[in-house]
Amino acid sequence: MIAFKNINKSFGRLKALHDVTLDCDSGSTLALIGPNGCGKTTLIKSLLGMVVPDSGQILFNGKSIYNEHLYRNSIGYMPQIGRYPDNMTIGQIIDMIHEIRQPQKPIDDQLYKQFDLKNMADKKMRTLSGGTTQKVSATLAFMFNPDVLILDEPTAGLDPLASEILKEKIIQEKKAGKLILITSHLLSELDEMVNGIIFMQDGKIVFKKEVELIKTETGEDRLSKAIAKILKSANHV
Amino acid sequence: MYRIMKYVMLDILKNKILLFYTLLLAVLSWSVFSLEDNATKGLLTLLNMVLLTVPLIAVIFSAIYVYNCGEFIELLVSQPIKRTKIYISIFTGLSISLLLAFLAGAGIPILIFSFNLSGLHLIMAGIFSTLVFTALAFLSASLTRDKAKGLGIAILTWLFFALLFDGIILFLVFQFAEYPIEKMMIGISVLSPIDLSRILVLLELDVSAMMGYTGAIFKEFFGTITGRIFTILLLLLWTIVPFLIALLRFRKKDL
Repeated sequence: MIAFKNINKSFGRLKALHDVTLDCDSGSTLALIGPNGCGKTTLIKSLLGMVVPDSGQILFNGKSIYNEHLYRNSIGYMPQIGRYPDNMTIGQIIDMIHEIRQPQKPIDDQLYKQFDLKNMADKKMRTLSGGTTQKVSATLAFMFNPDVLILDEPTAGLDPLASEILKEKIIQEKKAGKLILITSHLLSELDEMVNGIIFMQDGKIVFKKEVELIKTETGEDRLSKAIAKILKSANHV
Repeated sequence: MYRIMKYVMLDILKNKILLFYTLLLAVLSWSVFSLEDNATKGLLTLLNMVLLTVPLIAVIFSAIYVYNCGEFIELLVSQPIKRTKIYISIFTGLSISLLLAFLAGAGIPILIFSFNLSGLHLIMAGIFSTLVFTALAFLSASLTRDKAKGLGIAILTWLFFALLFDGIILFLVFQFAEYPIEKMMIGISVLSPIDLSRILVLLELDVSAMMGYTGAIFKEFFGTITGRIFTILLLLLWTIVPFLIALLRFRKKDL
């Protein structure tokens, strides 16, 4: 469904993405993991057209996304740090995105209700806490029933209750057969959500494997331990 | 596109600085026209004020606004909407708001006290000054990510065209006083949008006689219909070219 072909991207001297080639099929829930600054967010942003790669191609349903915009109708994106216009209220932001996307499908206001954003609709974005901003980001990402969900550190900054709501929602969408791409550092919580792992380091994809395969290969039954084991053995080599 | 424009305009029209700008223009124009019993003299005084304040406010306000729009742009870029559309909508929304402020502040008194071709030309000069300097603000903002630097470039652009450019022209005139440089002066004045606007109004006011031989040459060139269309086209170019460069840079920008 989404294919990255030999993507390169540098920011000045820093090489953020190094010849990245990757295929993501619909129906899979993938976790994108790796140390800080390994290029996870850059990869995601290049898929959204927010970062323009120096070379290489990104195909969405077989079509290049270069200078395209309609494909983004099928993507829901939750940024790592949502930045919103200070003077707009939660209600205005949601209305505006709604007007821009003009959804054909019925909208999904489950998170809007569960996060109780209705009672805060008149609050300006400037006055919101980091967690509430994340709730707005999550609501926007899921609202228009997109085929692809891209969640950049979705649970960072959320309180345990909200984080649980969001995880439930992710699992629900996973069952609906959507392609979900999650970046996170919290390996323990990924365990129940994902079925594939993409590991990145220094702008390169180190491996992409099924969770079950990783577990059997390492002989661990928990994802966090399995990954730790892989990292340790990699460091020894 | 209309939707984004609506949000931009709603956001700006609530801004107190814009209200202050409207009031400032209104106070200036009403007092100038009340103090001078001759409307033409009033127009001339107002012309100099308009050509100084309008570009300054347009360039600073727009540059700050473009930088403050960073979050707004980031939010929209991940949505199914073309980048060029986002940028053009912000430019249009911003210029329309600034133009509304100018028309409400200075346009109304000009129309009341001097409802003739000269008055209309002054309004046109104000409109073009707003458009050109909004476009130049977009250009300066597209050159650097650093807000302080971008604002600095924007203010320097204004300083250059509003003050330094005339100084350079004066210098040239004195240095080459012995030579026939009148025709060349036409070429040079094309390089400054503020001078173009000024010429547009001055020739309509028929005070070019005060400018000596150069004035006569100017009248011969800019005074004709062709000359006037030429001036307006140049001012349009001064709007379109900087904005286009900014737009092309924005299309490739990493957010």
